[in-house]
Amino acid sequence: MAKKRRLVVVGNGMAGARAVEEVLARGGAEQFEITMFGDEPHGNYNRILLSGLLGGSQSRDDITMNPFSWYEENEIKLYAGESVVDLDRLAKVVVSDKGTKLHYDTLLIATGSRAFIPPIKGIFAGEGELKVGVFGYRSVADTEAMIAHAKRAKAAVTIGGGLLGLEAARGLKMLGLESHVVHLSGHLMNVQLDANAGAMLKTAIEAMGIQVHLGKATSEVHGAESVTGLSFKDGANIECDMVVVSAGIRPNSELGIRGGLTVERAIVVDDHMRSVDDPDIYVVGECAQHRGRVYGLVAPLYDMGKVFAEHVTGRDDRAAYHGSKLATKLKVSGVDVASMGLTEPEEERDEVVQFMEPRKGSYKKLIVRDGRLVGAILMGDISKASYLIQAFDRESPLPDERLSLLFDLGGPSPKVTFDEMPAQTQICNCNGVSKGAIAAAVAGGCKTPKAVMGATRGGMGCGACKSAITELVAWLAGGATEEDPSVHYYVPTIPMTKPELVAAVKAKGLKSVSAVFSELGGGVEDPVAKPALASMLATVWPGEFEDERGARFINDRVHANIQKDGTFSVVPEIAGGICTPDELKRIADVAIKYAVPLVKLTGGQRIDLVGVPKDQLPGVWSDLGFKAGYAWGKSYRTCKSCIGIDYCRFGLGDSMGFAQRIEQRFRGIESPAKLKLATAGCPRNCSEAYVKDVGFVAVGEGRWEIYVGGAAGAHVRKGDLLATVGSEDEAMRLGGRYMQFYRENAKWKERTYTFNERIGVERIRAVVVEDAEGIAADLDAAMQASIDAAYDPWLEATAPRTPNQFASVLEAKEE
Amino acid sequence: MAEIRIGALGDIPRGEGRVFRAGDLEVAVFRTEQNEVYATAPRCPHRGGPLADGLVGGDTVVCPLHDRVFDLKTGCGVSHDALKIATYPIRLSERGDLWLDSAAVPEPRAA
Repeated sequence: MAKKRRLVVVGNGMAGARAVEEVLARGGAEQFEITMFGDEPHGNYNRILLSGLLGGSQSRDDITMNPFSWYEENEIKLYAGESVVDLDRLAKVVVSDKGTKLHYDTLLIATGSRAFIPPIKGIFAGEGELKVGVFGYRSVADTEAMIAHAKRAKAAVTIGGGLLGLEAARGLKMLGLESHVVHLSGHLMNVQLDANAGAMLKTAIEAMGIQVHLGKATSEVHGAESVTGLSFKDGANIECDMVVVSAGIRPNSELGIRGGLTVERAIVVDDHMRSVDDPDIYVVGECAQHRGRVYGLVAPLYDMGKVFAEHVTGRDDRAAYHGSKLATKLKVSGVDVASMGLTEPEEERDEVVQFMEPRKGSYKKLIVRDGRLVGAILMGDISKASYLIQAFDRESPLPDERLSLLFDLGGPSPKVTFDEMPAQTQICNCNGVSKGAIAAAVAGGCKTPKAVMGATRGGMGCGACKSAITELVAWLAGGATEEDPSVHYYVPTIPMTKPELVAAVKAKGLKSVSAVFSELGGGVEDPVAKPALASMLATVWPGEFEDERGARFINDRVHANIQKDGTFSVVPEIAGGICTPDELKRIADVAIKYAVPLVKLTGGQRIDLVGVPKDQLPGVWSDLGFKAGYAWGKSYRTCKSCIGIDYCRFGLGDSMGFAQRIEQRFRGIESPAKLKLATAGCPRNCSEAYVKDVGFVAVGEGRWEIYVGGAAGAHVRKGDLLATVGSEDEAMRLGGRYMQFYRENAKWKERTYTFNERIGVERIRAVVVEDAEGIAADLDAAMQASIDAAYDPWLEATAPRTPNQFASVLEAKEE
Repeated sequence: MAEIRIGALGDIPRGEGRVFRAGDLEVAVFRTEQNEVYATAPRCPHRGGPLADGLVGGDTVVCPLHDRVFDLKTGCGVSHDALKIATYPIRLSERGDLWLDSAAVPEPRAA
């Protein structure tokens, strides 16, 4: 085996240690002999938790992330308490303050940053030494020194009202001191918060007994030996015997300067996190400057560590860091705060959505640009934070109903946060999967939501909980989830998205599921993928699709809906919910003749004959003399209607007649998931058209509103207004065009409400209403071809398509 | 060994299953796309779903009620390894007849 390369890591903080963990996770121990230098005499600890150490709620062990044993187990040589002071790039050697000289093949600089001490008169006692009683707040040593000094101090002033400063002031208050915060800006945490939120935070901080002084620039630190007070530029004074400086951080870039690397605000790196001057030197963390930016939050540091590890181990030599969008969710002195992006609108087109309830300490502000989130501040109630952070990070289109961004409207019980959710809480109601089961799967090594769903079956029922599971997995894995490319595949065994698959199927002229498996799926016959492929092929090849029934779910083999006891339900077509007395009698006669166990009115305004054995289906259909109602499949299902204009005294449009025409036109059209439609004769919405996949609402003078992407099942959502049109014909045309766009682009089992949110209603409107992509005529023609190819499958009662198609049991017979 | 002829390959469409009965015996018989045949207990051990109505792919069947997946060769649960279904020896003769080793099929339990 080749000799191991020497990887020397300068810096043993959160960035350095995490980067090494990432290298080890990629089998880096095989490639590298790893040495780490840390100028603190401990293993890596969680710097974010220093406030717990200061306040006494956590011990040093509690905040340790990598104890010494971790370094031993991973055969890492650690020089704790030694700082590297020189770098000779020519000889590839680093030198420590204790004289250790070490050769490296690859060097990682992760020296982090230190507290910035502003040059205030009297703050220093001597050369680089702080006056007694003055502290930076950055390390375990700083914190322990503060605790020791606080024992004999009475009043402490924290300079800096950012997150860290407020935490320090709170910790000092908890240690029994009179605690002040002095802040230069006009409101607290001015980087993350606007003036309103800052003012509310001030109220909360003052309620803890901490005194807040805003707009104050410190001019002098008094005291000959040790601190006795501060004075400010406006002439005011505070008496105190302790000062904590939390006025920002400065990157530790000295090693870069010593080694002659390009240093601006920090050491300049490329997208591989490599110094721009030396291919053997990488830099991660707060001492790295990437595309002009220096980051001080933990999430970007971890992302950098991943890119470094991918690149240095050769796993992916194109691994690249593209910068981070900063979003944080944190507790500031007990107050929940989430902040991302801008705090104030910057351009004229920026739209501000705001809610404020000062008494409860609740504040929400969103900044929206072109339908996308560019900034947000949440305080108090931050239940929408995960959703908003995701929307911000992915720049996904926001729903038109802005109120739903701030609150959960009419949804189920208010969301509890994941950490306060008990382990037995059921997440997936279909398959009975609890938070605890999901946590166990993640602990067992499932890194993607998909892997967790596969292992637990959670999210594999109606699918309504998929987003909750995705969020939960991300939370449990602490951001260490992996993107699984196969989530974008139409079916798992063929590595293509739906548009790619459709193109391939068209190019190769594949018209059956078996042909797709053998030509594109490497011959692997995935049973679960079969119905998905059959549905897609039926849409791509209207009238030409070779319908192999073995590729169909049982419902589509026998044109009825399977029940828990293996019997079926039969739903005849009753267009618009209207039938004649004769038809009603025929249904009753059939129910009596076949002793149908249950006759039930459905939610779609039809009559369901439930509990029919498979071998009676042909007889039932023949005796009914109705067309199939398509109540079993992923297809157009039904269009319900209200009483409309003929009898209703409020009616504005012929909802009954329109519903019948819709049903006659779209019956039997296959689609990625079921399509439930409705027409309403006026906006009173008796037929619930606002919450249908496609809903038409008469608004008078022959005009119809078209709503798409509504839902009132496991998920409740009001449809998006697609357009308001002047005639039934136009409404029919646009409704059909929308359905065709959905049929061609939706994933298998993706309902319209998810589809609309994924694609964005602006794009849907552009395609369907404005024909912005020039495909409207194609969509209309494709829909018409599917309509022309549709047939009534109940005709198979007398002309079965497969041997023993409707047999419940075959008796063995002698030849 | 007590072999009985329960039907013919042509009784089952490719890629599907059917339930056969001989006296008191009921078995689900599957014909894969490759024209291999397998016989198993007819009901899913999870909630009694009719396995012969399930989707067949490769050598597996998916129960139509709650998507439990079983290996047709071994009867082992693929999606849930705690579940198992009985499998029975079945033979396809050269002229396309299906012969079941009925001795291997237990008597149905009294209701």
